[in-house]
Amino acid sequence: MKDEVESRDDRVANLKGMGCSRKRVEDARFTQGKGNYVDDIKLDGMLFGDFVRSPYAHARITSINAEEALKVPGVLAVLTAADLEPLGLHWMPTLAGDKQMVLADGKVLFQGQEVAFVVAEDRFAAADGIEAVEVEYEELPVIVDPFEAMKTDVVLREDLVADDGSIPDGAHGPRTHPNHIFTWEAGEKEATQQVLDNAEVLVEESMYYHRTHPCPLETCGCVASMDKVNGKLTLWGTFQAPHAIRTVVSLISGIEEHNIRVVSPDIGGGFGNKVGAYPGYVCSVVASIVTGKPVKWIEDRMDNLMTTAFARDYHMTGKISATKEGKITGLHCHVTADHGGFDACADPTKFPAGFMNICTGSYDIPTAFLEVDGVYTNKAPGGVSYRCSFRVTEAVYFIERMVEVLAIELGMDAAELRRINFIKKEQFPYKAALGWEYDSGDYHTAWDKALTSVDYDGLRAEQAQRVEDFKAGKTRKLMGVGLSFFTEIVGAGPVKNCDILGLGMFDSCEIRIHPTGSAIARLGTISQGQGHATTFAQILASEIGLPADSITIEEGDTDTAPYGLGTYGSRSTPVAGAATAMAGRKIRAKAQMIAAYLLEVHDNDVEFDVDRFVVKGAPEKFKTMKEIAFAAYNQAIPGIEPGLEAVSYYDPPNMTYPFGAYVCVMDIDVDTGVPEIRRFYALDDCGTRINPMIIEGQVHGGLTEALAVALGQEIAYDDMGNVKTGTLMDFFLPTAWEVPNYETDHTVTPSPHHPIGAKGVGESPHVGGVPCFSNAVHDAFRAFGLRQTNMPHDHWRIWKTANELGLHD
Amino acid sequence: MIPAAFDYYRPTKMDDVIALLKEHGDDARVMAGGHSLIPMMKLRMAEIPHLIDLQAIDGLNEIFIEDGQMTIGAMVTQHDLINHAGLEAAAPILREAALQIADPQVRYMGTVGGNVANGDPGNDMPGLMQCLDATFLLVGPDGERSVAARDFYEAAYMTAREDEEVLTSVSIPAPQGGYAYEKQKRKIGDYATAAAAVQIIKEDGKCTAASIAMTNLSDTPIYSVDAGAALVGTAVDAAALNAAKAAMLGDIDPTEDNRGPVAFKKHVAGVILARAIERAWSRA
Ligand SMILES: Cc1cc2nc3c(=O)[nH]c(=O)nc-3n(C[C@H](O)[C@H](O)[C@H](O)COP(=O)(O)OP(=O)(O)OC[C@H]3O[C@@H](n4cnc5c(N)ncnc54)[C@H](O)[C@@H]3O)c2cc1C
Repeated sequence: MKDEVESRDDRVANLKGMGCSRKRVEDARFTQGKGNYVDDIKLDGMLFGDFVRSPYAHARITSINAEEALKVPGVLAVLTAADLEPLGLHWMPTLAGDKQMVLADGKVLFQGQEVAFVVAEDRFAAADGIEAVEVEYEELPVIVDPFEAMKTDVVLREDLVADDGSIPDGAHGPRTHPNHIFTWEAGEKEATQQVLDNAEVLVEESMYYHRTHPCPLETCGCVASMDKVNGKLTLWGTFQAPHAIRTVVSLISGIEEHNIRVVSPDIGGGFGNKVGAYPGYVCSVVASIVTGKPVKWIEDRMDNLMTTAFARDYHMTGKISATKEGKITGLHCHVTADHGGFDACADPTKFPAGFMNICTGSYDIPTAFLEVDGVYTNKAPGGVSYRCSFRVTEAVYFIERMVEVLAIELGMDAAELRRINFIKKEQFPYKAALGWEYDSGDYHTAWDKALTSVDYDGLRAEQAQRVEDFKAGKTRKLMGVGLSFFTEIVGAGPVKNCDILGLGMFDSCEIRIHPTGSAIARLGTISQGQGHATTFAQILASEIGLPADSITIEEGDTDTAPYGLGTYGSRSTPVAGAATAMAGRKIRAKAQMIAAYLLEVHDNDVEFDVDRFVVKGAPEKFKTMKEIAFAAYNQAIPGIEPGLEAVSYYDPPNMTYPFGAYVCVMDIDVDTGVPEIRRFYALDDCGTRINPMIIEGQVHGGLTEALAVALGQEIAYDDMGNVKTGTLMDFFLPTAWEVPNYETDHTVTPSPHHPIGAKGVGESPHVGGVPCFSNAVHDAFRAFGLRQTNMPHDHWRIWKTANELGLHD
Repeated sequence: MIPAAFDYYRPTKMDDVIALLKEHGDDARVMAGGHSLIPMMKLRMAEIPHLIDLQAIDGLNEIFIEDGQMTIGAMVTQHDLINHAGLEAAAPILREAALQIADPQVRYMGTVGGNVANGDPGNDMPGLMQCLDATFLLVGPDGERSVAARDFYEAAYMTAREDEEVLTSVSIPAPQGGYAYEKQKRKIGDYATAAAAVQIIKEDGKCTAASIAMTNLSDTPIYSVDAGAALVGTAVDAAALNAAKAAMLGDIDPTEDNRGPVAFKKHVAGVILARAIERAWSRA
């Protein structure tokens, strides 16, 4: 019996380390309703604040009268920009180097903009107070189209035009029009032009990646509590980057950073929506300072959809050139990026269009040029990375559509066109034309595995037959085979080129081993559903030889966790995961010395084996990590400090580049525009796999959000700047009913520069999924001459495509 | 999304309900499942100072089937309807339609009475009730009266019900022949892009009677007499289907919304109707 327990396999299994499908430790509380979200926080005497919001998309405010509101029972205060101005808090800096009104300063720039903050004893009184605030607006011409914005003489941001009418530079260089934010370029303009001019085959296509919204189930919110006795401010909130929020709050409020404690409790999904700083946070802090009481602010669903951080809204025009045989020679991409009324994009400082310059995708394209124009319009600010790393969704959509369009032009099979253009395994590390260095990949193997798994040739044969049948009047359903091959760029990022507000994008882990052989590890990241408490413990278990079940993972409290830049852009595993492994290795190094001392041999004569150090060549002589931990606290070991702790701040040498191959089979009812997903196959290569079950869950979730975006989810505006999709009746959030059965698969190509070879996976399925679903719709109509039609492919747009192709005649 | 303040009443007698309605007039509203009313109040599109909950009134949630007549109490939920074996046998279209309303959570709360009294053109039951030639029983200060479903709807949220009346039950003659409720929607929980309720009687390969009603394609449900008539006497062949479609298109008047523009809705209405007729015919 004893022998069995101590077999090596058993010892490995006991750790529940990397590679095992350990059940999520978070789920016990989530499935029993025992999570602790911001809105669960209730403090003595807590007040509730909520916003008067603008019904207009562009208007001057001529007066705000709070008299009646202050008479509403329970209403204590109504804050306006005039109240915040003396504190210098009526505007706040954005992550993109712009500034944003906290409360409307004389005008409003989008529907739903925050105009006044009503503070009341409870949320019901606040709602009545909001109704009673009288605001007079003088409507201004509304600009919802970014192309019109660049021509009109309607100025949205008077604050960004000099008194003499000239246009000062913005945070990202010269501006050419009052409504212009920046022009950002990557690659070689002339060389690309030359390649395109001399191309054997050249295709040009425009596409609009519509505005949508991350729509986490839990909306944004916070509780601010200023303790006037000790001068400490505590701010609980839905923050994907709690440390960055602490620094920002300190910078804009003047409260010293050690007097601010920011806590992210359980977070019900973020997807980028909870990265930025919002007026609600600032107003809650001010209201708490003014009233001396804790103040809570929680968005309702409409507030969330209409005002806090949207995603996408890229108008993209591409040119792609190739030889007659299909070898791609050049790529040109121009983007008109609609940023709304303020530039509040959440990107690393040097990347105003995020990592859009990964738009050469998975292909060996020698020459390329990208140009992005950011533009102000009368829409909500944002531009966050919705389940992706800084605009990589847009980039991958762009290239995966361009490749399809090129295949049509060449009369080639789109799978084959991809195959002949993939970066080859032996080319890694691969320096792409737009600057990035891809760490590792084996695209051909993944592609072949995917195509074989779905019987690609069989699908094409079936599709051809379907077209015949359709033409013969035997069916009214067309079949689409959607392909996508994506390369992600995640794990921002190297401090040398990635920072947010000047804060380098490293991350951190601090480990304390307790005397009895259990541990706590704290990280600078924060889970919003990803399962960090499960997976980071697995990394550590493998690194330090203590069971994952004996390791507590804690994140989100800036008073206790080491500084880090938070969780988004699939950066937790690439950056904080690396820090965890490195900190674990420091523990192990010290443990080795302790073990050697206990075993009375030289340090180099012991080696690590699963959960212990053994004397080389004498496996019966060992000390388990549990024993070593105890010794660290109860023995005086010459030359070694007591205790067993480590900290690591990890600055990644490069980004990581996960990739994947997806295939979607779709049937489309030509008469109603209803698509039916028959099959979805997703092969992901995220490098080393920490927990296959969690990976599968992430893939399912990301694909579902991809399905949403591709097939219906949008934030649509009318010409007056009114949001048409402000509730979940019209904003498409798929349920189990709409979601197909996903088939997941994988290959493993570890990252060469990451301590455990992991690349990150949370966002890949979204990035690769959107073009896959969209390509399936396009592909269904390829035989009838369709080249490009814009998402979201909802029933009526699909119907319109069929109608315009004459399929209803 | 917080409604304006209101007083809440939970009377146990219908007389008290009517007295409250009389006292407060337009400022009062009865509440059944609340799944149309409360969202409107939360959006502050409806301000209801006096809310009268019908949950505690006895006798409103019963289902009777006798002598070829079904009587469904106003407070019977959509969930109850789906799970009532007797109704499923007598009028299977009720279950088929109710299963296409919203989602299980909504159907646990939403009632038949609320759905038909609401007057929202998006509701599925009004068209269904018109197809089945149902009658609504109303009680008010002057006693009871009944109104045919086909005469009940005047415009969006405007019905033949007076402010002081409460709808207590729906009576339906047991339908004959084949049936179908066909609905296109964008997702679970959505109202119809277009929906069709069809009952057809077939004798010796010919259609002898057909009843057709459409949902969410006008500001009221549309009972299309002409569409039904176009099928009678035919073998429900392609020509008859086209004639029914054309007749129906003459009766509806859809408006553009996020589901799509008018041309799309008309096209889909035709497709959905044809499918409903074909399915009903196959079951007749
Ligand atoms: C997400 C969602 C999706 C939905 N999707 C659909 C759908 O696809 N199809 C569909 O048909 N419905 C749909 N509904 C509406 C749902 O079916 C409602 O429950 C139904 O419309 C109203 O029933 P209720 O019992 O909830 O009525 P309530 O909301 O309580 O009342 C509705 C109105 O009817 C009045 N009323 C209620 N009962 C009576 C009575 N006995 N006498 C007189 N007046 C009365 C009320 O005063 C009120 O004006 C949806 C609702 C939601 C929230």
